[in-house]
Amino acid sequence: MVPSGKASRIKELLVISGKGGTGKTTVLGSFAALSQQAVLVDCDVDAANLYLLLDPDITGTVDFHGLPQPRTVQEKCRSCSVCTEVCRFGAIQSGRIDYYACECCGVCIRACPHGAIVFAQVVRGQWFTANTQYGPLVYARLHPGEENSGLLVAEVKKRAREVAKETNRHIILTDGPPGIGCPVISSLAAVDLVLIVTEPTVSGWHDLQRTIELTQRFQKRLMVCINKYDICIDLTNEITDQCRAAGMRVIGRIPFDEKVAAAMSAGKPVVGSSGKAATAIRGLWSQVSAELQAIE
Amino acid sequence: MVIAVASGKGGTGKTTVATNLAAALARQGQAVDLLDCDVEEPNDHLFFAPVEWQQEQVYSMVPVINEAICNACGLCARDCAFHALAVIAGKVLTFPELCHGCGGCAQFCPCQAISEGQRSIGEVLTARVAGIDLTWGRSQVGTVLTGAVIQAVRHRANPNRSVIIDAPPGTTCPTVAAISGVDLCLLVTEPTPFGLHDLQLAVEMARSLQLPVSVVVNRTGDMQADMLGKVKAYCQENNTPVLLEIPLSRELAACCAQGHLWVNEYERWQKEFTKLWSLLEKQVA
Repeated sequence: MVPSGKASRIKELLVISGKGGTGKTTVLGSFAALSQQAVLVDCDVDAANLYLLLDPDITGTVDFHGLPQPRTVQEKCRSCSVCTEVCRFGAIQSGRIDYYACECCGVCIRACPHGAIVFAQVVRGQWFTANTQYGPLVYARLHPGEENSGLLVAEVKKRAREVAKETNRHIILTDGPPGIGCPVISSLAAVDLVLIVTEPTVSGWHDLQRTIELTQRFQKRLMVCINKYDICIDLTNEITDQCRAAGMRVIGRIPFDEKVAAAMSAGKPVVGSSGKAATAIRGLWSQVSAELQAIE
Repeated sequence: MVIAVASGKGGTGKTTVATNLAAALARQGQAVDLLDCDVEEPNDHLFFAPVEWQQEQVYSMVPVINEAICNACGLCARDCAFHALAVIAGKVLTFPELCHGCGGCAQFCPCQAISEGQRSIGEVLTARVAGIDLTWGRSQVGTVLTGAVIQAVRHRANPNRSVIIDAPPGTTCPTVAAISGVDLCLLVTEPTPFGLHDLQLAVEMARSLQLPVSVVVNRTGDMQADMLGKVKAYCQENNTPVLLEIPLSRELAACCAQGHLWVNEYERWQKEFTKLWSLLEKQVA
């Protein structure tokens, strides 16, 4: 935990969902517009979407390397197959490396009797800093098929903290990746408050439970909101009751609203429009921002 | 034929397409394997509600330090790419949740003070439901080793049957683990700027794996006509045929929300998904 006591310390909100497509970016894009004084971050390094809503001017691009990769020096390789025997991941056949299977552990490099495999730095993606009308944005793109998403998320988050200090902003609003794996675990680091956006579907409810379990494992302060709550009122009520019974706060319900789809199609935050979803998201933000302020 | 259903963006309808496609074939008497490789958030089984299933643990190896032999030289900690070992106060500590199970520490310990134990990273579950052999993986909450659970699910596929793989969202390592080597990658997208953006990334990923690609566009409607045009233009330019368009419909959404399959409720969708499979067969041939 970050030491408390300073009113001016940077506080970070992470929006996640478990299941994809429940409305994380819809909610976070609107929070960005409502806050006006936050640093904005997209930790979905597979498929960053927040920037599409924010029309950014990119101010910096940095290559991301991650772990170095093994390379075979062909002149030295004698096809003895020691590398094949030691690799647990089935990623190397007598010096021929399958980079999709390789974990970059380096065991082949250490085992090769001929010194024929070496580590090499590779560019696995980029991260970007940008200015938007709502504040600075940090996001990234891992190249298709690449690994080390958790390391890239950590880089993005580190850069966001630096930007917050440089620009004297005290709130970081972070759009998380779907799922509960490596990039989500990395996204949770140093976060003060987690907002889970779910939807009243059997899939949304199932994934919410695993996401709550992950968040609690990292002892994070947690709030839940239900998007498109009126597409299945029974499930909305069940989710609400069970979350509350487990001591969690369900702080908002966003109605199904065709204006959301229209705003997204136009690449604009929903709160720019009038409409019932926009009203609900404004109410959600006032609760979330009050909660962030109240955190010591 | 082995088909992977994937998408860059989450929530576009992968599970809807994979489950309905599998059910449509099974209803016609075809032998179908449905593999849910979204092991972080597996959902396919929710639409079949199996009452009984078999379950097997998936393990990864982790170091076990023999403190009677270890002299805390620190070689293991220095060379671990994943920082899963550290020497603190003259003692080697292990961090199993960071370990990828490469075995390097045990193999290269100069004192032979490291052996290996097993750690559970998830389960593979199998059930026979509605004529489908359903397999799904479930990663343990908090593990980063989802790829190994995905591999364990894929090992259950019988390539002599019709195999449908439901892949995790994204464009990087877990998705690649789920789709590499299939006969065709079926990408599900939606007519929004996000859907198109992530479709482009997913096509790039599939092409880098040298997989043929086809597309399903979900939630098309009048308000999305402009974006639908853009998605179709992109698909045409990139030689990725659109095999099915699914309209935006509150009724269909509500059916899914409650865990029901369209092919069981609507004759039209039984026909549409059967037709989709025959179009996929033509693409593969």
